[in-house]
Amino acid sequence: MPTYVRTDKCDGCKGQDKTACMYICPHDLMKLDKDGSETGHPMKAFNQEPEQCWECYSCVKICPQNAIEVRHYADIVPLGGSVQPLRGSDSIMWTIKFRNGTLKRFKFPTRTTSEGSIDPYGGKPLPKVADLDKPGYFAQSGGYRTGRGGELLRVK
Amino acid sequence: MAQGTFENPEVVQEDLDILLIGGGMACCGAAYEMMRWAEAVKAETGRELKIKLVDKAAMDRSGAVAQGLSAINTYIGPEQDPADYARMVSNDLMGITRDDLAYDLGRHVDESVHLFEEWGLPIWKTDADGVRHDGAESQREGLPALKDGGKPVRSGKWQIMINGESYKWIVAEAAKKALGLPRIQERVFIVKLVNDKKDPSRIAGAVGFSVRENKIYVYKAKAILLAAGGCVNLFRPRSVGEGTGRAWYPVWNAGSTYAMAAEAGAELTMMENRFVPARFKDGYGPVGAWFLLFKAKAVNAYGEDYMTRNKELLDQYPPYGQAAVPASCLRNHLMLKEMREGRGPIYMDTVTALAKLRESLSPKEVKHLEAEAWEDFLDMCVGQCGMWVGENVEPEKKMSELMPTEPYLLGSHSGCCGIWVSGPGDLGAPTAAEGEYDGVPSHLPRGWNWGYRSMTTVKGLFTAGDGVGASGHKFSSGSHAEGRIAAKAMVRFALDNADWTPELDTPVADLAEQIYKPVRNFLAHKDYTTAIDINPHYIAPKMLQFRLQKIMDEYVAGVATYYNTNEVMLKVAEEKLEFLKEDAAKMRAKDLHELLRAWENYHRILTAEAHMKHIQFREESRYPGFYYRTDKNFVDEKNWKCFVNSVYDRGTKKWTCFKRKHVDLVDKSKLFKPAAH
Repeated sequence: MPTYVRTDKCDGCKGQDKTACMYICPHDLMKLDKDGSETGHPMKAFNQEPEQCWECYSCVKICPQNAIEVRHYADIVPLGGSVQPLRGSDSIMWTIKFRNGTLKRFKFPTRTTSEGSIDPYGGKPLPKVADLDKPGYFAQSGGYRTGRGGELLRVK
Repeated sequence: MAQGTFENPEVVQEDLDILLIGGGMACCGAAYEMMRWAEAVKAETGRELKIKLVDKAAMDRSGAVAQGLSAINTYIGPEQDPADYARMVSNDLMGITRDDLAYDLGRHVDESVHLFEEWGLPIWKTDADGVRHDGAESQREGLPALKDGGKPVRSGKWQIMINGESYKWIVAEAAKKALGLPRIQERVFIVKLVNDKKDPSRIAGAVGFSVRENKIYVYKAKAILLAAGGCVNLFRPRSVGEGTGRAWYPVWNAGSTYAMAAEAGAELTMMENRFVPARFKDGYGPVGAWFLLFKAKAVNAYGEDYMTRNKELLDQYPPYGQAAVPASCLRNHLMLKEMREGRGPIYMDTVTALAKLRESLSPKEVKHLEAEAWEDFLDMCVGQCGMWVGENVEPEKKMSELMPTEPYLLGSHSGCCGIWVSGPGDLGAPTAAEGEYDGVPSHLPRGWNWGYRSMTTVKGLFTAGDGVGASGHKFSSGSHAEGRIAAKAMVRFALDNADWTPELDTPVADLAEQIYKPVRNFLAHKDYTTAIDINPHYIAPKMLQFRLQKIMDEYVAGVATYYNTNEVMLKVAEEKLEFLKEDAAKMRAKDLHELLRAWENYHRILTAEAHMKHIQFREESRYPGFYYRTDKNFVDEKNWKCFVNSVYDRGTKKWTCFKRKHVDLVDKSKLFKPAAH
């Protein structure tokens, strides 16, 4: 497996031009089986190459139906556990179930600004083309470390 | 034009000034920096630079940071100096790195970290009472940002802790906004660089294909940034079933950076170097926080600390074993002695570490500590949590095994293979007038600076992140910072070459046929047999990958031989790799997904071949613990304290390896304590 798609939840992201899991998978693993010819489940997604899955959870986190879960690598991991996230706009909630039934829940922040709010150059001056050849970036924020003198053996 | 089909793809051509290949931290940094300078160019001259970023995946979750991270591993801070950083990088990589590149990165990198925080990445802080707060809480508590003097939580001298599940998402948002959607092309895999027709030492473009539509893309560009990550799965992994995917570094890093650069004629450097991380066994979860933040010790089967037990081994590798933090490979070397001599398994003693911390903590703090330990995995390696829940591991009750992984090739983590690039001009680096070893091909530049910062030895071809060799320890922040450094030089290059028009050295139709060769192989022969995977006329990319992994594992110091190889084994590998490279022309692709895998594996083969040739050329064992040449099992400072570089000839398919002189630009003796008397 690694990631698997639940038939009772996946709706093939119908109404959108592409499925969320296909859009996001960094390794091109998720595939929509439009006519059901590959899985017997038309208009549902599946992991087409499970042994290449990094278990990065990108598809799990993005699925609007929470239809994707992970059955961890069967050649390594005993069955029965699960690690399932619910990713919100500023935090992520994890539900962790052990093989022996122990349950743990954790919530961690993911960002301190709202999604889509980044203003990349807001409040930052436009540089002069003549400065292209100098060290440093187009704008500085106190992080450029000039370096203490005397450390460079061949600079007099 | 009619819509393309699998048999007859549409060819899309675009003329650009600048092309960015990749969408990870380096290209996101480059995009962010570049677009602002492009705006300045437009404001001052009215000229609009044509820029495009092409990613084989989706920028929101592409590259090595796709899953997230629990720490930023390079933050210098106001209290440390770029020279300190350059010294650390050098020692960890056994003395052979470019101080100019490391120092330059060290002076720039914090700027990128400050941006990440501004954009919304939660960074842990320590308050005035020494209590640590996660990134959101510290903001609510009104603790200052890093740029305003906020104190990060250091999990090591250079590392700071973050809540990094959305790290890449955030960095990509800034890059995407800077570029604007029309300048971004996702799901197109660039597989080949094209040199200029009139000047073969110059880059003129790049070609690839869509993994979603039947389209081939041909880009012409004056300047190209090639930053497509390191190389994973060129060795047989320790897990060979579903667990094949559970590589330590992302499984989609296929050596594309090194292979495409080599084919375009760029000089590679230190391709013998590799990284063999010691990680939690099978899940490959990070160990940094356990060692550095929770102060855990790694022990052998009998509870002995092997770093103490085998301490004398460090003295066999002066001076690299004698720094306060010995080189990463040597730490592996001490662990491997335990395993070879039958005192495994190796454990991370999480039980003792957490018990000790509990002694001084309140119940609330203990609960927080437990969350921190789990977050370390959940932010960047959920698969390790899968291991723990499957085996009922609660770290306060049960220790976990550690294991050195299969080898990886990369230039941004504790590794330094990559491409030889032009460095900064103001740090005292060797000049063209200084002497060099005989054997450096005459067409290659002398000295460490040949004009444009971050440019490879191919005019107009730049790199960053995992692409830049002979440096290392950039990690996520440094790769972003390095992309930004390269971006400036690329804008300069594009301006200086405003009137020059690139011309591809190969007709577009021929390039398209080369790219679609695996598809042609499939279509021509698929009906010859009844079983699609067994056919004498083609080989499935997956099988070719298995063959590569078997060769590398058994002959080029993989896990099968405990990282040992020798001259004879390398000779065997050399022949087998040549057969493999020939057979790569017979790869099949039954769909676009398999075409992606075919080209990834072609890139892996070239990268693997470079690795093998470099190990063969360097007649010593520079990285004990990462690999051993048992016929030259020593570090030879007199003859081999030098760079090993190489160039590849696309026509003859042959490599030429040669030495380049190593020069220290910062004083390394400061790393070592005076000898005890």
